[in-house]
Order: sequence, then C-alpha cells, then structure tokens
Amino acid sequence: MTEIPVTAGNHAPKRRSSAADFVIRLVKEKPLGTLGAIIILIILFAALGANFIAPYDPLQSSLRDKLQPPSVTHPMGTDNLGRDLFSRIIYGARISLYIGLGASVINVIVATLLGLVSGYVGGWIDLLLHRFVDLALSLPSLIILITLVGILGSGWLQITLIMGINGGILWTRVVRSSVISIRENTYVEAAKTIGGNIWHIMRRHILPNIMPVMIIIFSVSIAGNIMAEAGLSFLGLGVPPPTPSWGGMLSADGRRFMYEAWWLAVFPGLILTVVVYGVNMWGDAVRDLLDPRLRGGIGRYGTRIKVKVNKIELIKNHKQE
Amino acid sequence: MRNYIIRRVALLIPTFLLLTVLVFLLIRLMPGDVIELMVMQHSHEQAGQTQVDIDAIRSMVGLDKPFMTQYWDWLKGMLHGDLGSSYWTRRSVTGDILGRLPVTFELGFLAFLIAQIVAIPVGILAAIRQDSPGDYIVRSIAILGVAVPSFWLGTMVMVFPSIWWGWSPPERYIPLTEDWWLNLQQFLIPATIIGFGMAGLEIRMLRTTMLDVLRQDYVRTAWSKGLRERTVLVRHVFKNSAIPVVTIIAGQIGVVIGGAVILENIFNLPGMGRLFLDAINSRDYPYITGMNALFSIFGLVMILITDLSYAWLDPRIRYR
Repeated sequence: MTEIPVTAGNHAPKRRSSAADFVIRLVKEKPLGTLGAIIILIILFAALGANFIAPYDPLQSSLRDKLQPPSVTHPMGTDNLGRDLFSRIIYGARISLYIGLGASVINVIVATLLGLVSGYVGGWIDLLLHRFVDLALSLPSLIILITLVGILGSGWLQITLIMGINGGILWTRVVRSSVISIRENTYVEAAKTIGGNIWHIMRRHILPNIMPVMIIIFSVSIAGNIMAEAGLSFLGLGVPPPTPSWGGMLSADGRRFMYEAWWLAVFPGLILTVVVYGVNMWGDAVRDLLDPRLRGGIGRYGTRIKVKVNKIELIKNHKQE
Repeated sequence: MRNYIIRRVALLIPTFLLLTVLVFLLIRLMPGDVIELMVMQHSHEQAGQTQVDIDAIRSMVGLDKPFMTQYWDWLKGMLHGDLGSSYWTRRSVTGDILGRLPVTFELGFLAFLIAQIVAIPVGILAAIRQDSPGDYIVRSIAILGVAVPSFWLGTMVMVFPSIWWGWSPPERYIPLTEDWWLNLQQFLIPATIIGFGMAGLEIRMLRTTMLDVLRQDYVRTAWSKGLRERTVLVRHVFKNSAIPVVTIIAGQIGVVIGGAVILENIFNLPGMGRLFLDAINSRDYPYITGMNALFSIFGLVMILITDLSYAWLDPRIRYR
C-alpha cells in the first residue's frame, strides 16, 4: 500500500472557512458531531475543574466506607479502599485527556514535519521514512506501545511521547500525499521560478494548504490515543497508581472486587466508552466538514477511485488501538 | 506482476532489519537492566553479591559482547529458528512461542471468522437498504464496536454472569485435543469480543464503499440489462467493494493480536499475548525481541499479501 496515490487530482485548494462558519456548519449538518463536541467540552470542563467539581479527594481512602454501593453521598459508590469512585472518574478525565490530547498534538507535529520532508524533498529520505512507516504498520500499535513502555518505563511523559511519535509516523502518509498533490500546483512552480527558497515555499505555500489535513489528523487521532492510554493502564503499564485513570480502575487489581461491587466494573468503562464515542463522532464530523473530497457528492472533486483510497487511509488510521 | 512481487518482497528486508536493530538498540541502551533485577532476586537467597556476580551473569547471557556481535549472533540464530533462551529460566524462546502459538491462533481464527460472518452480510444489507431503520441500527452498533473498549467488555462478561447466575468461564485452559466442546466454550466469548471490534470497522468500511459503487455507471448498466438483483450485487457491486475491505482485513490482524494480549489476560488463556506481557513485566529481553520480530514478520507478510491481492483485484495497480 506504499505506492498508492492517495489524494484526488490537482484541484485548487479551497479557501478555509472561518471558525464561526465551521461551528455553524457543524451544528447544522452534523448532529452527532455536535453531540461529540458537547461531550468533549463536558469532559474538558471536568478535567480542568476537577478540584472544584469532585466531591471528595480521589486519593483519600477511608476503610470504613469501602465498597459502598452508589448512593446520594457517593453517586457511583466507593472502591475497595473506600475512595469515592465519582471523584476518581472526574480526576481520571485529566489523565485521559492530557495524554490523549498531548499525544494527538505530537501526532500532528511529527506527521507534518516528516510528511513535509518526505513529500516535498523526496529521494532517499522518502525511501527511509517509508521503511519506518512500514515498520509501524507491520506491528500492532498495542505491541509497539507495550514494548516501548516496557523498555522506557511507564509515566505520563513517556506514554504521551511514545503514542505521539508512533501515531505520527503512521499519519505521515496522509500528510505526504497531500504535500505531493500541492507540490504539483502552478503557484508552487511560480514561487520556485521567482527564486523562493524551500523554507519559504513550505511555510507560505504548502503549510497553509495542509492545515485542514493537520486539523483532521488531530481530531481523528484523539479517540485512538485515549483508548490506547486506557488499554495500557488496564494492563498495568500506564500511569502508575494511585493516580486515577479509567483504564487502571478496570485492571486486574480492581477486578477482584468487582464480583461484590458491580459499580466498579460499570462506571469507569461506561464513561470511557461515552467519551471515545463522542470523540469519534467529533473526529468524523471534522473530517467530513474539512475534507472537500469527502464532502457531498462523489466525483465532484477528482476521480472516483482516488476518493475511495483516501477514505481508506483515513479510516485505517482511525483505529489505532 | 512478477517484478511487482519481487520489488515488494525486496523492500520488506530492510524494514525487518530496521525493526530488529531498533529493538536491540533500545533494550541495550536502557539503564536498569535485567541483570540488576536478577542479582536483586538472587541476593534474597544468598547475601553478599558482588560485581563479579553481575559480570558472571552478564557473560552467561551474552550481554558482555559488543553490540554488533550480539546482533549478528541473534540474527544467525533466528535464521535457524533459534531465538535464544530466557534470561530467567533458560528455556528456549522458540519452544515457548511455539507452545503458545496454537492458543492465540485459535483465538484469532475464531475472531476473524465471527467478524466475517457478521460483517459481510450486515454491511451489504446496510448499504442496499440505506437510511432504513435497519441501516441506522447497524451503523450505531458498528460505531459502538469501535468505541467500546475490549477490556471493558471482557470484564463485564466475566463479572455479570458470575453475579447473576454464578456462571464463570473455566479457570483452567483446556486444549482442543482434550475436550473440544469445553475448549470452544472457553474461546468463544473472547473471540466474539475481538470479532465484534473487527466487525464494527469492517461494516462501516463495506457500507461506505458499497454506497460508492452502487452509484457507478456500470451498476446502472447492469440493472438496465435486466440482471437479477443477486448477480448485480455479488458480481458487480460486492466484488468492486471488496478491494478496500481487503486492506481493512489485513489491518485487522493488529486488532486480533492487540485483542489477544488483552483478552488472554482477562480470560486466563495461555497464549502469545500473555507470554508477551509476562516477558515485559520480567524484562526477559530475548522474548521481547523474538516476539516483536515474529509479529513484524507476520505483519509485513500480511501487508504484502494485501498489496498483492489489491493488485490482483484491481489491474490498474498491477500495470502502473
């Protein structure tokens, strides 16, 4: 799959709509995407304001209250150490979002830098980068993450960097192919002719035109990153306890108590699912709204087969568990 | 076509070497290595460990040699099917992996089967009945298949039947040769969970491409020729929609292996995933290197098969 041209033809890039325009279209055309955005905002709010929202200290154990079922005082019950589950889930949003968003930012940076170089400069760099992409593709992401976390140690910084770089390498293909299609445009040719150097062309002509792709990569990769962090924590390779994380609450240590306390099994997974669902919907909506080739009727932009391939690339990258 | 194959195969080799060198380098660059762990464990048993012991263990497992020699020895061994031996137990890595392989293979095979049985008919139905209530239900469930974490689903399946009915999956692993029925009971649930995740992605993919193809001119031609619905759908629409779906299926191998790591952990199945996690936790590097190499060979071959089937299904790629 390394040789497939991914972008549609040489359509002139469209003017980007303003942020307000984007929001209006999101609400009008993408109800599910709007729902996703609302879910993200709520979780973001919970994560940032955890100190004020959470009724209890997430680390404060009180053995007298251990394994309490959900009640008015403990809306989601308490765990085996008597810690309030609701508070822990609110604080858990921090880990999920910080690592999820952080890794997605790094995804964009890595993919953009590598994609620009391999798409614009090409040559042996392109060939070498492709081997890295093949490598990242050949191994399941979870195996790569586990291996690297196992070697480099687990901590939020390591996990964010590892997920960011690994995902970034996978996304390089998408950036690369749009860079190649933009490179062929007359205005780039013109800029070269009047003596614009490579940095100037990249910054002024290529980068602005791949902005939509960068935003799409950011939005689409959040869900996978949140899920990957939860998976690592579940396996005991995530952020070490007692820091509350959604995956960690479901891990083997917690599972022993779930047979007596069903709420320990239900709530962390439920909130994780809702968030991943919302972020997924948001990512899909952003992709549909920003990528002119995927919008509306088929065949309006570029030829059909190329449109299809582009969707595959996007959907394939979509799952990065 | 032959040149195409040769070129593709030739490009796999540098990728594989790159992987093994990277894993090798990373493991050996990291401080706090396995030797210290081993010495720490030994010193519980007998006091008075010295630098001599550390050096002795280091040379026993071959970590005292120069990096290139270690790598070269490992590569030679691998080509002979020998991936070294465990730092802790001195067991053969190859033997252990081969012993665990059937479990993961069975799990993956069942998951794959379940995913295909569900995804293909459901995807086709969702596409040809676009925007019907059925389509909406299928799409919502398919999206859930992507959003619900497999480890949560697995946990729920472990916990709730046990609370409600006092039922839980068998504790001990039963090989297929011992009792196929009990064995199937053990594998069916984790396989279904992995298959559900796979099917979700596949249904969405199949539906999207089917909708694209359904609007093509040649499909209209096929209809107007008066072909039967079955013929149009299978011969014209499904065959052309299969191309992108095939790529997805290969990508799903990652979902299977990742799922195996998680679900073998939950359901107590002694497969490759468990072996891998144990190796990570005990820093048994020969296992980590060996299994990464094995997984990547597998993945690279899958990528190759995908590209080739792609070329086979779509002549435009072959002749470029």
